[in-house]
Amino acid sequence: MSLHHETLATLSRKLAAREISAVELAHLYLERIDGNRDLNAFLDVRPDVTLAQARAADARRKAGDAGPLTGLPIAHKDIFVTRDFASTASSRMLEGYMSPFDATVVSNLATAGMVTLGKLNCDEFAMGSSNENSAYGNVLNPWDKSAVPGGSSGGSSAAVAARIAPVATATDTGGSIREPAAFTGVTGTKPTYGRPSRWGMIAFASSLDTAGLMTLSAEDAALVLSAMVGFDPKDSTSVDRPPENFARALTEPLRGRRIGVPKEFFGGGLQPDVEAAVREALGTYQRLGAKLIDISLPNAALGIPVYYVVAPAECSSNLSRFDGVRYGHRARDYGDLTDMIKKSRAEGLGAEPKRRILVGAYVLSHGYYDAYYLKAQQVRRLIADEFRAAFEQCDLIAGPVTTSVAFGFGEKAADPVAMYMSDLYTIPGSLAGIPSMSIPCGFGAHGRPVGLQLMANYFDEARMLGAAHQYQLATDWHARVPAGF
Amino acid sequence: MEWEVVIGLETHAQLSTESKIFSGASTAFGAAPNTQASVVDLALPGVLPVLNRGAVERAIRFGLAVGATIAPRSIFARKNYFYPDLPKGYQISQYEIPVVQGGGLRILVGETEKFVHLTRAHLEEDAGKSLHEDYQGMSGIDLNRAGTPLLEIVTEPDMRSAAEAVAYAKALHALVRWIGICDGNMQEGSFRCDANVSVRPMGESTLGTRCEIKNLNSFRFLEQAIEHEVERQIELIEGGGRVVQETRLYDPDRNETRAMRSKEDAQDYRYFPDPDLLPLEIDAAWIDRVRDGMPELPEAKRARFAADLGLTDYDAGVLTGSRELADFFESMVARLPGQAKLCANWLMGDVAARLNREQRDLTDSPISADALSGLLARIADGTLSGKMAKEVFDAMWSGEGSADAIIESRGLKQISDSGELERIIDDVLAANPKSVEEFRAGKEKAFNALVGQAMKATKGKANPAQVNEILRSRLGG
Repeated sequence: MSLHHETLATLSRKLAAREISAVELAHLYLERIDGNRDLNAFLDVRPDVTLAQARAADARRKAGDAGPLTGLPIAHKDIFVTRDFASTASSRMLEGYMSPFDATVVSNLATAGMVTLGKLNCDEFAMGSSNENSAYGNVLNPWDKSAVPGGSSGGSSAAVAARIAPVATATDTGGSIREPAAFTGVTGTKPTYGRPSRWGMIAFASSLDTAGLMTLSAEDAALVLSAMVGFDPKDSTSVDRPPENFARALTEPLRGRRIGVPKEFFGGGLQPDVEAAVREALGTYQRLGAKLIDISLPNAALGIPVYYVVAPAECSSNLSRFDGVRYGHRARDYGDLTDMIKKSRAEGLGAEPKRRILVGAYVLSHGYYDAYYLKAQQVRRLIADEFRAAFEQCDLIAGPVTTSVAFGFGEKAADPVAMYMSDLYTIPGSLAGIPSMSIPCGFGAHGRPVGLQLMANYFDEARMLGAAHQYQLATDWHARVPAGF
Repeated sequence: MEWEVVIGLETHAQLSTESKIFSGASTAFGAAPNTQASVVDLALPGVLPVLNRGAVERAIRFGLAVGATIAPRSIFARKNYFYPDLPKGYQISQYEIPVVQGGGLRILVGETEKFVHLTRAHLEEDAGKSLHEDYQGMSGIDLNRAGTPLLEIVTEPDMRSAAEAVAYAKALHALVRWIGICDGNMQEGSFRCDANVSVRPMGESTLGTRCEIKNLNSFRFLEQAIEHEVERQIELIEGGGRVVQETRLYDPDRNETRAMRSKEDAQDYRYFPDPDLLPLEIDAAWIDRVRDGMPELPEAKRARFAADLGLTDYDAGVLTGSRELADFFESMVARLPGQAKLCANWLMGDVAARLNREQRDLTDSPISADALSGLLARIADGTLSGKMAKEVFDAMWSGEGSADAIIESRGLKQISDSGELERIIDDVLAANPKSVEEFRAGKEKAFNALVGQAMKATKGKANPAQVNEILRSRLGG
């Protein structure tokens, strides 16, 4: 087995056993990145920076100061600001922007000794479900280069699926980790809202934005998540809880676990190939001793309209700082100050951010606020309450991540609403703020991967990851490698 | 027609915290442009606000001082608009649920007391400054002020004249300084008022259309701007016109207000709760802690000065006009028990006049409360006559030292020794037989002439009361 096909957990053991060095690993992945530039997964790669970090990691190990993550390579979604790599959010607006500080997620992982490979393409400001909204071009799906890698964390999912990065950070606002993970056959984990710090994450929708991971296994996710999240006084919505070892429940057997299956997640829109793979996975859980329970989340379907009020409203305000005054794109020709701001934004922002800013400004405008924003927040609470009630009956919830396997480029680009429907099953969990993940569970049409979604109660990541790990011990979908990688 | 003026004020008081309301940058005034703007104040990608609890503590202090309700849960909202000196493209402010609700201030307009009700006071951040001059056609942006904590204090439309508005503004100014939440420096913009002004026929109960006047950074401008605006509105209506709701800017150079923007082109700020900040929760324990640290408030002090120290209401009111004055007075009284009236007279008389003449504040008075008490002690014990005390006071003011040192060096001790005074008076009587005769013939004026002679003989050092007494007994009166 090639070294780059190994999980992070295995690479960590090899580093600890001095079978490989951090510098060797960095070279390996830098070469793989370079050899797969057609995927367009990376936006910024700086080998000198990466190798310097790798050398520092090896020195730490030599000094006896290494942890389990020291020397392991990671790539960051370009939504996280970084001091050593440009931070663009895949927008023209921030082309070449260098942040004077690192995001907390980035600095936490750097403190643990992880080595940064570079920055990953995504939808502009994390707005999209196919990565077609990046100002820097499409990312290809390693399983089928005519298919999208999902979005908004399309660079993250493609990089991990192609084994050009052993792990990548990602962010999820309405499904931006889970949907691309499902589309590329990797493990995508979104922890509870408030667990990972948002400091240094370029904001899209503040009440939903959650940092997470793309990995090759649930075990890898547990390993990295333990170092990545934690209370951050710089983020007022950060939850003050003691650090956790998310790997603690990996070995817990599934016997007696109650898994809720929401009937609303198996409705008309669900494609038969996806449904078949998901049902099969549920069957596997049953064979492993879990008990399937029918549950209902009647308001989950309202998730999409609620989300497309709340998220644009917040984004319309969050993106106002990009005005060309202090940093970022400034129009070359303009009249007065107002004109400068108008033209800079018109030129610097892409079509999807503009569309959402318009929707957001509309739903917040005087006289519409109560009918849209306030109402949406009320329904959001109902959805969260439904999850709370459901978790009285079950330990986990399982279902599909998406209605279909990855679609082709341009298939939905002309129809924003069809594109928005891609997040039908992921949005409810985002609105509630509960942890959820996507694990590979088979293949559907055109040999494209299918994901199984697992959701858990607030702060119950360890149990969710444990259930995912038990499934991955019994199956090998997560270990399948796309041809040629 | 007789018109009634209706005024409400909105005051922005800059809170005296060391750091900004949502970042750790310093709030000190006067630093080089953009040297006190952190990554948060600059609204760089990825930054988040964290609320400064010191600003909240000051808001609680204010709420307690005006008898308001402190909201157990209040919400920070985003007020969205684009302006080059507003880095985030929105201002974080409290909108629907402010931290301080209700309350009010007792004000004194001439001899009349009045209560001005407050609607609310809310926390918000200040914007930066745009500098349009001196940049060769370009604009300069200074973000040092961006994120400075403000308490916006809003009154009900309770005031009925420019004089009342000024009295309220002064009382509020004194109060925020009294409770130590704002330095009150109006030149530096730490205390700024906007006035909502309307007029209506006397007796009418519905409010007229109001105009908001901005940029009133002195009490004088506040008064002039309101008077001017009232005149403008009355003239407009009496001329058959109609007041249009708008925001007007006061121009102190021309003493006029001019339209800035009308209600029609008022912006839609698209307020919504800031998802980066949790609701502000204030429990009873926090309020209690703040209350325990509060100074005695002017109202309570005034009542105590009148009741316990026997001051008139007027004197008690004047002496509680500022924290400094009241503290000065109290430390004098502590050293001179039972002499409150003497202390009050000197403080409100000679000290005030002198400070006023030299345009100085009590805080930089050359005579400290202790030193002044030293002087008054010599009046109280009869060492100095009133006239002599004034001489000593002048000497102390010019820095010649303590009262006792000046009395010593100038030989200003009053002669109260009866034997010595009797001898001097006997000499005066012997030298002025004519005056004695005239007095005995019933001319009271002659008595004064003899007192004058006695004072002259002692170079003014004789105790005048004693001189009177001895003269009367000698002349058999």
